Order: sequence, then structure tokens, then C-alpha cells
Amino acid sequence: MFNKEIETMPEKKMKELQLERLKWSVRHAYDNVPFYKKKFDEAGFHPDQLKSLDDMRRIPFLTKQDMRDHYPYGLFAVPLSKVVRVHASSGTTGNATVVGYTKNDIEVFSEVVARSLASYGVTEKDIIQVAYGYGLFTGGLGLHYGSEKLGALTVPISGGNTPRQLMLIKDFGTTVIACTPSYALNIADYIEKNMPDFKIEETRLRIGVFGAEPWTEAMRQEIEKRLKIDAYDIYGLSEVIGPGVSCECSEKSGLHVFEDHFYVEIIDPETGEVLPEGEKGEIVYTSLTKEAFPGIRYRSRDITRLYHDSCKCGRTLVKMEKVTGRSDDMLIIRGVNVFPSQVEAVLMEVPGIEPHYQIIVDRKGSMDDIEVMVEVNEKVFSDEIKVLNNLTKHITDRFRSILGISAKITLVEPQTIPRSEGKAVRVIDRRKLS
Amino acid sequence: MNVTQLSAFVANKPGHLQRVLKVLADENINIITLTIAETSDFGILRMIVNDPEKGYRVLKENNITCSTTDVLAIEIDDRPGSLYKALDAFAKMNLNIEYMYAFTEKREGKAVMIFRFEDIEAAKKALIDSGYNIVRKIDIIGENK
Repeated sequence: MFNKEIETMPEKKMKELQLERLKWSVRHAYDNVPFYKKKFDEAGFHPDQLKSLDDMRRIPFLTKQDMRDHYPYGLFAVPLSKVVRVHASSGTTGNATVVGYTKNDIEVFSEVVARSLASYGVTEKDIIQVAYGYGLFTGGLGLHYGSEKLGALTVPISGGNTPRQLMLIKDFGTTVIACTPSYALNIADYIEKNMPDFKIEETRLRIGVFGAEPWTEAMRQEIEKRLKIDAYDIYGLSEVIGPGVSCECSEKSGLHVFEDHFYVEIIDPETGEVLPEGEKGEIVYTSLTKEAFPGIRYRSRDITRLYHDSCKCGRTLVKMEKVTGRSDDMLIIRGVNVFPSQVEAVLMEVPGIEPHYQIIVDRKGSMDDIEVMVEVNEKVFSDEIKVLNNLTKHITDRFRSILGISAKITLVEPQTIPRSEGKAVRVIDRRKLS
Repeated sequence: MNVTQLSAFVANKPGHLQRVLKVLADENINIITLTIAETSDFGILRMIVNDPEKGYRVLKENNITCSTTDVLAIEIDDRPGSLYKALDAFAKMNLNIEYMYAFTEKREGKAVMIFRFEDIEAAKKALIDSGYNIVRKIDIIGENK
């Protein structure tokens, strides 16, 4: 264990630590971010009233929309001179959510990732290939810093270029790969198709660290079988910190939440009421130690359940089930967050295109496929194939540059997209994740 | 002099072309010739019909995406090498053909082909100047329109 004292702290003692830190965090947000002050005042809540964990339910929620409304730095609680890094979620400029980190925040971020790696059995003797994208996305740099914090040899290869990934696995003696689970399967597919002589079992690869998108037990088994590794889930979201909010342990059943930095509640997504431990609902996060970007009762929209089960690994930290559902319409496609409204915004930029579209998400083989069906009306129709092909190419390019996803654009006849009770069915998700 | 071509967007799926044809059949519209340009997802059905304006209207009424375009019907000698010769002439005149297709019936011993040029007016002028016979609309679709 990377931090045994914390990770095995008795539940009661952890709750005391949480309350102490919550008092600081809630006050920090209230004193330094006008948004929180206004919101708390309106709700009739003052940080002095926080006497027990139970009082948390009196604090209003923070939503993704609040973050968008305060783009880019409006929710930062320290001067920009104290901020050493920002990350941002995908999306059009107006929709991006920007999060900031002080030196201390980076230290915490690195620590929770290091703890996660240690919980999978990774040590300083390992060679970690970080195949998450490096950049505004928290995956690459998050894993990188955590891996260095642990003292492992870190290979910052970033995502993509599968032949090169495989070359480094072989030549560098990589023992751990960190990437999205769908990319792991993509690597397995690539070996099968293009490198039949490549023997993955003859490499030193032994552990996979997978996150940034929902994945199932079936996918775990497939990855483990095909890449001959142990596959572990790492969970996180940039609004809270990034990967390392919670992680699986040797038991591969549920993820331990690093409760000394993140306070978690489960609410009923309809009513906002806090649900008792064990019940399924939307998980809500409050940061306990973050300086630059405190998040107080952030509604993640992720659906899960919290429980204590005296885990065999020895950790006393609360566990959450693997997240497989959302309480909103956000899609996660190859690790990229996509809202149907963003798809619509891209389509609406194209002259003549009407807002009749449908998004079909599927997992063919290993990768998520997104197909966007667009109805062809008279304004965009032509008797020339090349004009229609240019149209699909143009839309495809816009999706790539604005949303960062490669979508297949399919032109369909008018009235093809089902309209139920006047409202179109916008998204069909065939990945069967839950 | 231009012939009006009616084009329709058709999904590349069983039954979809049939649906378009049924609309035309029900409205008693005669297809004189047609061609389909296809992609894996959709096709563009291009037709010369006896009443393109009505055809356009009825397709539209049935929610079928369609358009009308001016094309040229050109007489070509029905002999080996004559299409080659015609295209050679078009190339020399720098006329770009977007696509072309043929009529099934001969007209006074000659073949008639439909050409969709990038620039129809330039093509018309150049073709007449070099002695090609552009078939009139009335000779293609008959008297009723």
C-alpha cells in the first residue's frame, strides 16, 4: 500500500478527518469563489453551520453547467499565480469545463494515482507505458505524475500509433500499460491482424490500468485473456481531479474511493435526496483538500452504489461499484465525453442541415463506433455524388476538430429517423454496458 | 434545348428504390431512361421522365428528397469509336463531364447520350460550334410537356 495509514484508517477516524477537512474546504470555496458565496447565501447556508457530515445535504449542488457558465477561471479559489496547471474537458469552446491545480493539488493528484497503481501491485520496479493521450485530458499527465511519484520507470508514449506501442512494449520491457480499455482491445486486434508472430506472452507485460470510459466485466475478461495481463479499473473525472478518485484493488470487485481527499454521497438523481449507503444512485463529490478548484457537491451524473465490505486487500476505504450508467445523456466514446447537444451544434453549423439526426454508438470488435445519421433535404441534396461526399467529409472534419471524435456520417432519407411523440430518439447506444 | 433531369436521393437498402418508382408509377409518369450512382449508404437516382416538373412535385409531396438539373442530350454516331471521338473532342474543348448515361433506343440510326457537364452553357456553345447535334427536349420527352 502506498499510504497504509490512510488506506486502512478505521471508518470512524476517517469520518472525523473528513469533517475536519470539509469544514476547511467549504469555507475555502465560500470565502474565495463568489459563485459559492452567492449560492450558499441564497440557500441560507453558512460554512459555520457545518457541524457534522449530515449537514452536507444542506449545501446546494454544483453542476457541469455551473462550470461552463464560469469558463474559464470563474470557479478558481486562488490567484492564477498560484495555479500551475489546467486541464479541460472536450467540447466546443463554450462548453468546455476548465479545472486548475496548485502545486499542492498536483501533489495530491500524483499521490492518488500512485496509490491506485500500488493497489494493482505496481511497484518502482515496473516500467509503465502511459498510452493515454497527453494534453488537456487528465489521463496522460495524471498517470505520468502518479507513476513517477511511485518511482516507476515512466514511458510517456501517449495514445495511438499501435505498432510503436507494441515495439516499445517489446524493446523497453514494459510491464504495465495504461490506456482506455477499448484501446487495449484495439491493440489485441492489431496483433491478431497484422503481427501474427508477435507473442504477447513473451513480453514482460503483466498489468493493465484502464479507465476514462465505462467498461464491463466481459471486457475485462476479454482483455485479460487476449493480452495475458491483469486488468484493473481506475476511475476519475477532471471536475474532481482526474484519474485516481477511486481504484480497484487485487480483489477486482468495486473501487476504493480515496476518502481523505474526496467526500462522496449517493443521491436520487430525480429528487436530489441523499440515499443511505448501499443504495444505487448518482454519485456526488466534494473535494476535501483541493486549493485551486474546490468542488462542493459536484453532481457527476455517474450512477453507482457505495458500500463497505471489509475488503480482503485490507483497505477500509469505502467502495463504489464500477460505473456503467449515467443520469444524463452524456456519451463516453473512446474516452471522449460527448453530449448529443454538441453533436447537434456541429450539425447546425452546416448550412442547410436540419436538426434531424440520430447518434448510434456501438462497440464493434474493440473500439467504440459512433455513427451520426443525418437526413438529406433538398437544400443539401445534389445530383452529383461528389457534392454529397464533400458534405459528409466536411461534417466528419468538423466532428474531429471540434469534438475530437471520428464519427461516421451517414446520409439518410427524410423521415428515416424515428420521431416518437414529436420528439426524435437522439441516441441509440448498443454497447450494452450495464 | 436543355433536357431536365429529375434526381432523387435513395437509401441503399431493399425496397427504397421501389418506393420512389411506385410514386412515379401511381402518378403515371413515364421514365424514358435512368441511371443510378451508388455509394455504400445511398444512391442518386437520375431520370429523364416525360414530365419532370410533375415528377419533382409528386416526389416532394411524398417526402423524397429530389432536385431537377439541366443536362444535354447529344447525338452520337452508332459506330465503334464514335463515343471515344466525341469524348476526345470534349476533352480538347476542356469540357468536364460530371457523368453520362445512354438511351436504350436509337434515334434515326444514332445513339443518344445524356451528358452532365460542369458548365452546361460553355458545353452547349462548344458542341454546336463543332457540329454535334443536341437533341431538343421535345424530341426526348414527347409532346405533353
